[in-house]
Amino acid sequence: MKLEKGIPLIDQHDENGYWGGKFGGNQIAESLNYPIEELTREFEKLRNDETFIAERDYYFKNFVGAPTPFIKLENLTKHLGGAQIYCKLVSKATGGAHKAYNAVVHSLICKRLGKTYIGGDTGAGYAGKMLSMAAAKFNLKCKIFMGAKDVERQSINVFSMRSYGAEVVPVNSGSQTLVDAVSECMRWWTSENEEAHMCVGSTVGPTIFVKICAWSTAQISREMKKQVIDEFGEVPKEMKLINCVGGGSSAAGFWNEWIDYDNVELIGVEAGGPEGSSKHAAPLTNDSPIGVLHGATQYVIQDDQGEIEETESISAGLDYPGVSPLHCFLKETGRARYTSASDEEALEAFQLVSKNEGFVSPSLEPSHAFAEAIKIAPKLSKDTIIVVDSCGDSAKDSKIIAERLGYKI
Amino acid sequence: MTSSTLIKSFERAKEDNRAALLTYTVGGDPDKKTSLNIFKSIADSGVDIIECGLGHGANIGDGGAIQDSTYRALSNGIKTNDIFEIIEEFKKDYETDVIIMTYQNKIMAYGEDDFLKKCVSSKVSGIICVDWPWPLNLDFAKKCKENSIIFIQLLCPTTNEDRLKSILNDAHEVVYYISMLSTTGQKLKVSSDEIKKRFNLIKKISPDKKCIIGFGITADTINDFKDTDACVIGSALCREITRSLNEELNPATNVGNMVSDLKQKLSS
Ligand SMILES: Cc1ncc(COP(=O)(O)O)c(C=O)c1O
Repeated sequence: MKLEKGIPLIDQHDENGYWGGKFGGNQIAESLNYPIEELTREFEKLRNDETFIAERDYYFKNFVGAPTPFIKLENLTKHLGGAQIYCKLVSKATGGAHKAYNAVVHSLICKRLGKTYIGGDTGAGYAGKMLSMAAAKFNLKCKIFMGAKDVERQSINVFSMRSYGAEVVPVNSGSQTLVDAVSECMRWWTSENEEAHMCVGSTVGPTIFVKICAWSTAQISREMKKQVIDEFGEVPKEMKLINCVGGGSSAAGFWNEWIDYDNVELIGVEAGGPEGSSKHAAPLTNDSPIGVLHGATQYVIQDDQGEIEETESISAGLDYPGVSPLHCFLKETGRARYTSASDEEALEAFQLVSKNEGFVSPSLEPSHAFAEAIKIAPKLSKDTIIVVDSCGDSAKDSKIIAERLGYKI
Repeated sequence: MTSSTLIKSFERAKEDNRAALLTYTVGGDPDKKTSLNIFKSIADSGVDIIECGLGHGANIGDGGAIQDSTYRALSNGIKTNDIFEIIEEFKKDYETDVIIMTYQNKIMAYGEDDFLKKCVSSKVSGIICVDWPWPLNLDFAKKCKENSIIFIQLLCPTTNEDRLKSILNDAHEVVYYISMLSTTGQKLKVSSDEIKKRFNLIKKISPDKKCIIGFGITADTINDFKDTDACVIGSALCREITRSLNEELNPATNVGNMVSDLKQKLSS
């Protein structure tokens, strides 16, 4: 399996949609073949259409608020005493996370397809919140599928979705988390695809959804590359980019422009779950078996019967048993390294970062990435630059964090 | 030679001047013993072909009724081997053909070759795999053929004519027409006439292939499909199992009664 230089990562799949001949694909019911072909044709056309790109950039700049800040975490760097730690503050994107990019692009595509109805899945609720926000702006009817457990634990984002006029459908099957929400959303689209468009909330699902999502979040590294060069005058000799990985859309976007730079290390952090528990949401770190989930071949947490196993994480956004085929490919080619952080490590990281930096208060997902930065920074020299993608804001997690830390809110 | 018996099942129904009746229930729902009894009762009630679901929790094609059956079987610990054992037991006493309907990850986790070996030893006649579309399924379909098992390709209303022709060209003796865009168990949202129009198109391209029609058919509409090759009833039966269990009635008896009624409606 080989990564090619000079070709966008999203285009390094074969004619059947498999990266490295193995990960991804379109393992879908025949009823979804037509809408997926239609969407694929439309996207390949639009990504080369200057007016579409201009429209995307207009909304990214004026509505999402690009570029998001690139800042040095002086206090954290001093506290840890090693590598210099920077942060790409993607949580400043409107709505509070990177999910806005994919939501805007899918809404624009939906309009181009002549459809007025859009549906999507959500875990932490950010994907659903941003899709509802974009749908309101673009006058689209919107339906969001969300596991019943997540509706409960991420109620702040559910409130936003409902305010923007979306219908939120709690999914009661299985583990009542993101995996079930995505299944239910795909079932809905199987029935409604003549009238409705589907937005998959991360770089998962059939190949075209992986591509559209990573193409959208690539905005993060496009703008960051300029910011890095402004800051250092060149690409630093030693740079490590740390990102949490649930489905993998944030990491894919944060790394996209850097894949061909061999001196830039890419580190993905999955959810290790509660300390001492065997349940985790880290299929790459733990070499889970390869299987088919939501239409694509990937590493997926499953038992010997091919049944998807329940995962557990304090972070709803990372609580997913599968992972993007893009990351399976980056792992197998050795381009990226994957590890995990436990619930407890993420909570500690949240506290340390918030206390030291104030302006940066990562949600539980990027707190996993910070946990890894905190682990490795002290062992590195000050010539090493670590950049953490703080891709979500902690407001949505205030209930969970307060409860764990014993505050009253 | 299981595949030839499957074709004979269609032909016998044709001699009867009707479509073949297929039932879909989830294997192992709610447990091994009851599930076997349900299959026997269905067979005694005159079904032509039994579709046995090898359920998958993360399915992307099943509606509520079949999902309930699937979760019941899985949460009672039913494993792939249990399904093979149920079929093997059933085939000791019955000639009725059995087709497995499942999802790709179930086959992958078992191992393609081992899965087919088990299909042969338990006398499975055909396989339908919901999320393994043409042409990705061609290698596996070939292996099925080598084992005299019919791999049943799926077609749907939005399969365009070029694709339809290519799929039919590669298809084995039996194909399955998904009558409408939906998961299982939804109300029929196209007319019986429209479905038959597509069925006739398929038959015009491939007169020799048997075409099963499924999704959305109920006791009210089944007679409309009398002059086709075959039709499937699934969700209504799964719902009946759920109801029987909830009311502490015998699901095998009740499902059997339902099948007798459907058979009569299809024959009249
Ligand atoms: C803030 C945040 N980060 C990360 C994720 C994980 O998703 P992904 O790996 O696709 O970025 C989510 C998902 O909901 C999220 O809300």
